[in-house]
Amino acid sequence: MKLARIVEKLSLAVRTGSENLDTEVTAGYSSDLMSDVIAHARAGSLWITLQIHQNIVAVASMNELAGIVLVNGREPEEETIAKAEAEGLPIMVTQLPNFELAGRLYSLGISGVPA
Amino acid sequence: MVPSAIVKEAKRRGLDVIGVCDHNSAENVAAVVRAGEREALPVIAGMEITSREEVHVLGFFGDEGQLMRVQDLVYEKLAGKNDPEVFGPQVVVDEFDNVLGSADQLLIGATSLSLEETVDAIHDSGGLAIAAHIERERFGLIGQLGFMPEGLPLDAVEVSPRSTSSGWNDLPVVSFSDAHLLNDIGKSSTCFLAEEGAFDEIAKALKNEEGRRIVNR
Repeated sequence: MKLARIVEKLSLAVRTGSENLDTEVTAGYSSDLMSDVIAHARAGSLWITLQIHQNIVAVASMNELAGIVLVNGREPEEETIAKAEAEGLPIMVTQLPNFELAGRLYSLGISGVPA
Repeated sequence: MVPSAIVKEAKRRGLDVIGVCDHNSAENVAAVVRAGEREALPVIAGMEITSREEVHVLGFFGDEGQLMRVQDLVYEKLAGKNDPEVFGPQVVVDEFDNVLGSADQLLIGATSLSLEETVDAIHDSGGLAIAAHIERERFGLIGQLGFMPEGLPLDAVEVSPRSTSSGWNDLPVVSFSDAHLLNDIGKSSTCFLAEEGAFDEIAKALKNEEGRRIVNR
């Protein structure tokens, strides 16, 4: 499913990388430990986290993730926004907590493991 | 882990200087410093601060006033009150181990300070900022954030086991025991070539200044 479609369906607010919503989201991954994300998140995944530190941008780029959704109403730090804009990386925010967002993504057919 | 027992055990272990870092609090530091003075063991005043990314950062200070200013900021940025039934008592003691009272804030939690703000707050008060047990998944910088953030002005990184590494990411590497129990005191330590076990001397050793340095053993 295209990222733009997910943004629309789940009413996510796009904070950065709005020019790259055409990306295909192939999976989902949820974790707040960045060492774990580097080790386990597959390319094309949409990453759900509550970490707002600038390092999330490099982690997402390194693992070729489709984008990041910040949950619980958290907003990216200024440095994070600057880095994400430079990389063209989509960062979205939602008031929903992690569990709820993951459930709604799953309902849309986004799975965490390869089919 | 009362002041006189900490000092006694550190001396028995042959340590020349110790640092004291309670979690998000420094209310017991003065007592350990005074207990150390009684036994001629230098004690460096410090605190282990949890950033909002849940990274542990050690702050060490040359005087207790600087440390207490950082404690004021940390307390302001901490949420919640301690429930002694759940998390245990957070007692405040004097240098003779008498219980004076307790800290009410929930010290186990994270502050709302970012990692960068935490390091800046330590530096603004004249302290040294050292990322604690960076290799551990829980509360270690690498576990939480994956890699060292660009331009983070740390003074050193600390690893749990004794390290022979001479540096990491251009930062000095130190190792401390992170002792939560008397038995753990001195299990890991760092050897500095310095005039004395004092904050200024260790600050110079971390910067490789005036012949002061870390000695790899």
